[in-house]
Amino acid sequence: MSTLVLIELNSDQVSANTRAAVTAAKLLSNKVDALILTNNSNYAKSVSSIDGIDTVKLITDDSLEHVSSEVASKLVSDVMDGYQYLVAGSSTFSKNILPRVGALLDVQPISDVCEIKSSNTFVRPLYAGNIMATVESIDPTIILTVRSTSFEHAPDGGSAPIEQLTVDIPKSNSSFVEIQESKSERPELTTAERIVSGGRGLGSKENFELIEKLADKLSAAVGASRAAVDAGFISNDYQVGQTGKVVAPKIYIAVGISGAIQHLAGMKDSQVIVAINNDPDAPMCRMADLVWQVDLFEAIDDMLKH
Amino acid sequence: MKIIIPIKRVLDPFTQARIDKQTQSVDLTNSKMAMNPFCEIAVEEALKIQESGHATETIAVSIGADKTIDTLRNALAMGVDRAIFVRTETELNLQPLTLGKILSAIIKKEGADLVIMGKQAVDNDNNQTGQMLSGLLDYSIGTFISKFKLSEDNNSVEVCREIDTGIETRNLKLPAIVTVDLRLNEPRYASLPNIMKARSKPLETVELSSLDIDTSPRVKVLGVEESGSKDRAAKQINSANELFEELKQLGAM
Ligand SMILES: Cc1cc2nc3c(=O)[nH]c(=O)nc-3n(C[C@H](O)[C@H](O)[C@H](O)COP(=O)(O)OP(=O)(O)OC[C@H]3O[C@@H](n4cnc5c(N)ncnc54)[C@H](O)[C@@H]3O)c2cc1C
Repeated sequence: MSTLVLIELNSDQVSANTRAAVTAAKLLSNKVDALILTNNSNYAKSVSSIDGIDTVKLITDDSLEHVSSEVASKLVSDVMDGYQYLVAGSSTFSKNILPRVGALLDVQPISDVCEIKSSNTFVRPLYAGNIMATVESIDPTIILTVRSTSFEHAPDGGSAPIEQLTVDIPKSNSSFVEIQESKSERPELTTAERIVSGGRGLGSKENFELIEKLADKLSAAVGASRAAVDAGFISNDYQVGQTGKVVAPKIYIAVGISGAIQHLAGMKDSQVIVAINNDPDAPMCRMADLVWQVDLFEAIDDMLKH
Repeated sequence: MKIIIPIKRVLDPFTQARIDKQTQSVDLTNSKMAMNPFCEIAVEEALKIQESGHATETIAVSIGADKTIDTLRNALAMGVDRAIFVRTETELNLQPLTLGKILSAIIKKEGADLVIMGKQAVDNDNNQTGQMLSGLLDYSIGTFISKFKLSEDNNSVEVCREIDTGIETRNLKLPAIVTVDLRLNEPRYASLPNIMKARSKPLETVELSSLDIDTSPRVKVLGVEESGSKDRAAKQINSANELFEELKQLGAM
């Protein structure tokens, strides 16, 4: 039994959710290989040093820098021959590719796995995480994406051999135009130990900068509700929730966020939740550890002065 | 150009899901149901394309038991031209692979070049059906889109995709499938006259059993459980000082 992990790289860095995928893969089988699709073969080094990987399979081509779902799914499904599992961390990268691999291999993939019960039985969330379902796959090949917050992140410590695969890169009917990446010096949202998250209550983009200031003071990452992103206070990649990112930091400070089920879906497993809100009936206040019923601007001011 | 919009009827997204312990499934009897919010956005986008003169016909498709007709009527009332109802005998909770096979049969028959659908349904939260359908049809795929712009010659489309690291712009040759994210548009409400008009729009019923597709689930649900949330103290605090002290006491700082 062997497992292939599809690696997600952020330039030369292995993504945190990929490290979670490696941990999950090791629970499933003794042999875990990694597959990298990249334009730069140097990136394979950071993957080969992840603890627990047997062989790194590398496909390199200039066109793979911003690979399409169409091309990636074809390449992955061709490499899958002989593997029983395909695993990746839950992210927009894997969700773009793995379902299409499933279609090509006639397999029903399982998204957002939170727990592995046995070789074919898994727990995954439904209804914005309000329901957890235990599901059993009867497919001969099993395809999973796993939640980064549910599995340890495999550390460095390995030195797996790197095997270059020579394959034909299929033609794509879609092409890359550009990417607007949001760059930040702050801790990454999905792995941060502390998050300060702002909602509609902030009122404007200018006011939202207070959230950033507070985050810097606390060495925290910045998060946001959908309403804050929709209103243009901050870009989409900061959204926490059912349709945004799922986080589980030590401290989650929700400032001016009401706590709709879709938002709670993304942060309810945080260790300590702090609600800063002037409405004591907001759902966020009912599910927080610490509740500060106050005008949020007053609270931020007090914290920044502290 | 024909546009197909697959849509799904789901539990109203602002209603708490409850389980039926006996059947080990989500209890939907007497629940408030609605069109999946992402599907509403897909319908809206199709209508905008049609209004801009780029589409000849918009067709909503939904798969399910008889009640699914309500959701299709809703799409007709929003403005789509006609609807295809793929009828199942009972509520089957079909999985994306099967849905993909059913939709692909319908799309091949209709000969549609553009499929617009939600990126996920808020019940099962799979985020798979569009991608799988694209694989089955070998169409281009643009997932999680927040902008959509058709080329003048109707041969390709430029989309912006909301991804974890920012926003990616891609160009897709038609035929293509796009899965929509929440920020693409604001779906319209159906006006009363349009709700009345929708009653006379064409709605074709196709029996699932007539399509000769294996619908047996590859992934079996063994059980469900309400996840509930951790019991938390909701302790009142009144100053930054108190907050940081409490965080220290809780071992979080
Ligand atoms: C399909 C679907 C998917 C969704 N996905 C997500 C998702 O991934 N993430 C997400 O966040 N949402 C999501 N939503 C939206 C969600 O339902 C809520 O609309 C959203 O989370 C609300 O954001 P908010 O709490 O910032 O705004 P509001 O609900 O408007 O809350 C603002 C809060 O700020 C407080 N406030 C205002 N002014 C002050 C002040 N001066 N001082 C103190 N407190 C103040 C108010 O009391 C209120 O509690 C989704 C919705 C749908 C339908």
